[in-house]
Amino acid sequence: MSDHDYATLVREDRVHTSLYRDGTIFDEEMDRIFKNTWVWVAHESDVPVKNSFKTSWVGREPVIVTRDREMKVNVLLNRCRHRAASVCEKKKGKASVFVCPYHGWSYDPDGTLRKVPHAAGYPEDFDKSEFPLISLRVETYQGMIFATFNNDIEPLVDYLGPARKWMDLFMKQGAGYGVKTLGEHKFRFPGNWKIQLENTTDAYHFPIVHKTFLDSLDAETENVFDVLGQGGWVEDLGNGHSVMVMIPDLIDLEDNLDAPIPDRFAELAQELRDEGHDDATVRKVVRAVGGSGFNLNLFPNVACSMAFFRVLRPVTVEETEIMHVAIGMDGGPAAGNRERLRLHEHFQGPMGFGTPDDAEGWERVQRGAHAGEDLWIMLNRGVDAPAGVAEPGHNAGDVSAETGMRAAYQQWKRMMTA
Amino acid sequence: MSEALEMTATITLAEATQFIWAEADLLDRLDYKPWLKLWTEGGKYIIPTERDPADYAEVLNIVYDNKVMREARAKRLLSGFSMSSAPPARTVRTVSRFVVTASGYDFIELRAAQMLAEYKYGHMRFLPADMRYRIVRAPDGALLLDEKIVTLINAEDYQFGIGYLL
Ligand code: FES
Ligand SMILES: [Fe+2]
Repeated sequence: MSDHDYATLVREDRVHTSLYRDGTIFDEEMDRIFKNTWVWVAHESDVPVKNSFKTSWVGREPVIVTRDREMKVNVLLNRCRHRAASVCEKKKGKASVFVCPYHGWSYDPDGTLRKVPHAAGYPEDFDKSEFPLISLRVETYQGMIFATFNNDIEPLVDYLGPARKWMDLFMKQGAGYGVKTLGEHKFRFPGNWKIQLENTTDAYHFPIVHKTFLDSLDAETENVFDVLGQGGWVEDLGNGHSVMVMIPDLIDLEDNLDAPIPDRFAELAQELRDEGHDDATVRKVVRAVGGSGFNLNLFPNVACSMAFFRVLRPVTVEETEIMHVAIGMDGGPAAGNRERLRLHEHFQGPMGFGTPDDAEGWERVQRGAHAGEDLWIMLNRGVDAPAGVAEPGHNAGDVSAETGMRAAYQQWKRMMTA
Repeated sequence: MSEALEMTATITLAEATQFIWAEADLLDRLDYKPWLKLWTEGGKYIIPTERDPADYAEVLNIVYDNKVMREARAKRLLSGFSMSSAPPARTVRTVSRFVVTASGYDFIELRAAQMLAEYKYGHMRFLPADMRYRIVRAPDGALLLDEKIVTLINAEDYQFGIGYLL
């Protein structure tokens, strides 16, 4: 138990700076939040066929996401039951068996302990079934795989609640082909994980921090990214989840398919026509390629952000790893996926036109947070609900409001004081 | 073909080395405008996220820049409005361990090692990389970069924000 009174550290419109700095609070967050709720670990396309796997994390604990012979997805602690060696150090691949490199215990993709070398050395009552790789509870929605250490919490679909509608909309960027991961950028910044969590629904910073990204676009595209000027909004979806709609015109990618094709996609459209795709498909693919017009933040560690998954992993109280997963059309036209990759590279990653500036901002927050003894982080921006856009009854504000952060910190408070 | 023409057209390792060192010097001095002129029209500047992909165009990279993107990148870094590059980190790099992998009438291909140290806000970081260069001779005799691939030693692992060119 800690002697912190967490309830007093989160108010309606501000949170205490110790939430970024205090190692005791961090340790408690790992237990009370990351070991206690649904944590994103992978997308189903990361483990597309039987015996495929990907290594990942739940909080600070390394796991292996596997697809077993029955095509069931498993999330296994990456720790041999003998003397704890990690059994897999590859990022992803295929394996019908995981052999621990230390003494050779071998495990099936569903975690079953298959064989123990020189088994004769063990007592007669040694029972292999008592030593499988530890399995977490796993559930998926819209291809996103979540795991939890807590067997008693509500089903994933209930936890997601109204966020599901936005996940459904987000996956329309598969243009009917479905969504698959195309690669990822990973980077770290010296700062607390909640600084990143806040950022995904922070449109207030966009025109300032991302000025040089905006300057690199053509005029038509720059208008599209005028995120503060298009009547967008931020909405609290419950359980700490929130959505920030930046480009209302791009909420539903199956709408407005007759709209003129933007200049920046003219070349792609021609390439698709040349490949023999009909006009309807060309329009659908082109509209999907640009991504959705909103960021959906799912508490605590993943966002569906315009055209990619944004995953955070707390490393220490003052270090966080971020993964921006590029996604594309599963089985869709190669030209469309190539365009997605180039767009991703333009903004994302350690040398993108956007990410390093975000990372610099977050680092500055952490550095600045060391000044002062008893100061607060303000989240008081935007109190008026915008008219007629959010779900009736939902807490919502205009696009630059800090509603999403307030939603996340209220969930933080619920979980930390439960 | 006359002997004399062949001698001027061939690119020697010494010439290529001098060119690469001059490029490294421009980058450490953040002198991006002359750097843009070092490239062929179709030149590609690539920083991958995997060691040896079959086709860089088909996978996610950190940087996959044609001429337009290089120009936009230099403009961004020089604008003074990018928080991550104003002020920029200081860098010092050396390029060495050259191996010629192919050469012909008007081109040379090499691999090399780059050791880059970055300093900012009290952090010192090292970004060692395997380099690949394709250098060609322009009709006016100048050397130009046709391809530069910077494969960081930890290409597939996490990086930190990088507010300069590799
Ligand atoms: S630690 Fe894995 S077999 Fe011994
Ligand atoms: Fe940002």
